[in-house]
Amino acid sequence: MNTPLRHGALGAIASGLLAASSPALAQDATLARNLAATCANCHGTNGQARGEMASLAGRPADQLLTILAGYRSGAIPATIMHQIVKGYTEPQLQLIAGHFAAQKPVR
Amino acid sequence: MNPLTPSSPSAPARRRWLAAGAALGGTALAGCATPGPSSGPSLGRVVVVGGGFGGATVARYLRLWGGNVDVTLVERNAAFVSCPISNLVVGGYRQIGDVTRGYDTLKAAGVKVVQGDVVAIDPAGRKVRLANGTELAYDRLVLSPGIDFMSEQVGGLSAALDSGRIVHAWKAGPQTVALRNQLTAMPDGGVVAISIPKVPYRCPPGPYERACMIASYLKAQKPKSKLLVLDANPEVQSKKALFERAFADHYKGILEYRPNAEVKEVSSSVAKTDFDDVRADVLNIVPPQRAADIAQRAGVVNMNQRWVGVDWLTMESTAVKGIHVLGDATFPGPGMPKSGHMANQHAKVAAAAIVQLLKGDAVNATPVVMNTCYSFVTQRDVIHVASVHQYDAADKTFKPVPGSGGVSAAASELEGRYALAWADNIWADMLAA
Repeated sequence: MNTPLRHGALGAIASGLLAASSPALAQDATLARNLAATCANCHGTNGQARGEMASLAGRPADQLLTILAGYRSGAIPATIMHQIVKGYTEPQLQLIAGHFAAQKPVR
Repeated sequence: MNPLTPSSPSAPARRRWLAAGAALGGTALAGCATPGPSSGPSLGRVVVVGGGFGGATVARYLRLWGGNVDVTLVERNAAFVSCPISNLVVGGYRQIGDVTRGYDTLKAAGVKVVQGDVVAIDPAGRKVRLANGTELAYDRLVLSPGIDFMSEQVGGLSAALDSGRIVHAWKAGPQTVALRNQLTAMPDGGVVAISIPKVPYRCPPGPYERACMIASYLKAQKPKSKLLVLDANPEVQSKKALFERAFADHYKGILEYRPNAEVKEVSSSVAKTDFDDVRADVLNIVPPQRAADIAQRAGVVNMNQRWVGVDWLTMESTAVKGIHVLGDATFPGPGMPKSGHMANQHAKVAAAAIVQLLKGDAVNATPVVMNTCYSFVTQRDVIHVASVHQYDAADKTFKPVPGSGGVSAAASELEGRYALAWADNIWADMLAA
């Protein structure tokens, strides 16, 4: 599950997803913060991870969304993320990705 | 009539109590006060009881998200000892210090950490009293008390636990070390028995992981020994196929699993079920469980006389206003496990809601929680179960999302590395480390 994030396999399909997000949701920074906090148990507070887990802080939103889409479709192999990503709606994933993109990368 | 609303007749009394409490608290806590990152008027006072996965997380996130919220965490132990990963200590693959973390980082984040025991809660006066007499006033109280044991349901168990002859090791710390010491003291050729209570209990996969860790130790160090797993349930309660595979692949001839084997009575070395008397050199009895004592004293235990019902949008008790309850003590939503990970997620729902409530704003109407539990089946190989739960407004509860979640395809060393990284990250998340 860490390969795409560690080695930065990029795609460009996610900008389309971002553009499709509802303005009301996109403006809700608090909701984005709350949703992103559900990832912190593994990926660190505000996406600043320790050790073997992928850090999400500061990664471009479209990159994160591309990877999440890959987990959802099965195009990117995973141990667990393919199961977790299916629990969130696309607008929720967009909020989460936007929140992490705005965080300071891990030192 | 709700005595806790500001318009109630008890409001003047409450204001007096709050003032008195503040003076007392200020005196008692002067040595613990840590300057927080924020200044200006306080949004309000939150007292958190219990510094485990739920309590530490809500304290940390109230500071992170609330700005100037005055947060006091009361915890009876000097340090946090994690139940997750502690089965590796039982197996001899980690030391207790490896699963122990202090509260200094939480203090640095602006949380006042008080070591003590809360002995009384006055919801009308909005204050708690500690064993040493200190009173703490609150605008919002959070209880993350964990579980206590219904030892009285197993004949002889209370006395055996008190004497130390039998350990539960279901709260990590000295009990974990005691179980490890009993295993190392046992001669090769001995018998170990572990008993699992009927669900619900804390950490559904935990007993089966423990069985694997004990069996792994016996296989390597005391191969003539046996481990009997006496399960009160009709089958393995979590990751069933994966655990059964591990039992067969790694521990055949050492580990014997017996379903429907509820232990009804114990003596120093015998566990009695309806079917037979099991003689063992080491008896690890995991007792039936309920919300911890302080929840009872707070008057929030309103489900099956055992658990706490909560409003899932705020984690506020459905019995007593102003008291939020997290973690294992709660009566869960469908498919929601009693786990440290889930308690951490409860805490974030509560922290977000409490900040909104203190500000007088609307709470998040669409919260999400998720769970991941990793279990070691060998020293290195790990399996997981994961789930995502979205709030259902019609039924007012969290529900697992159909098609999401699941278990490992197979045990792997890769997931073993993720399990340890999960622990590092969640400990840091809750303790602001």
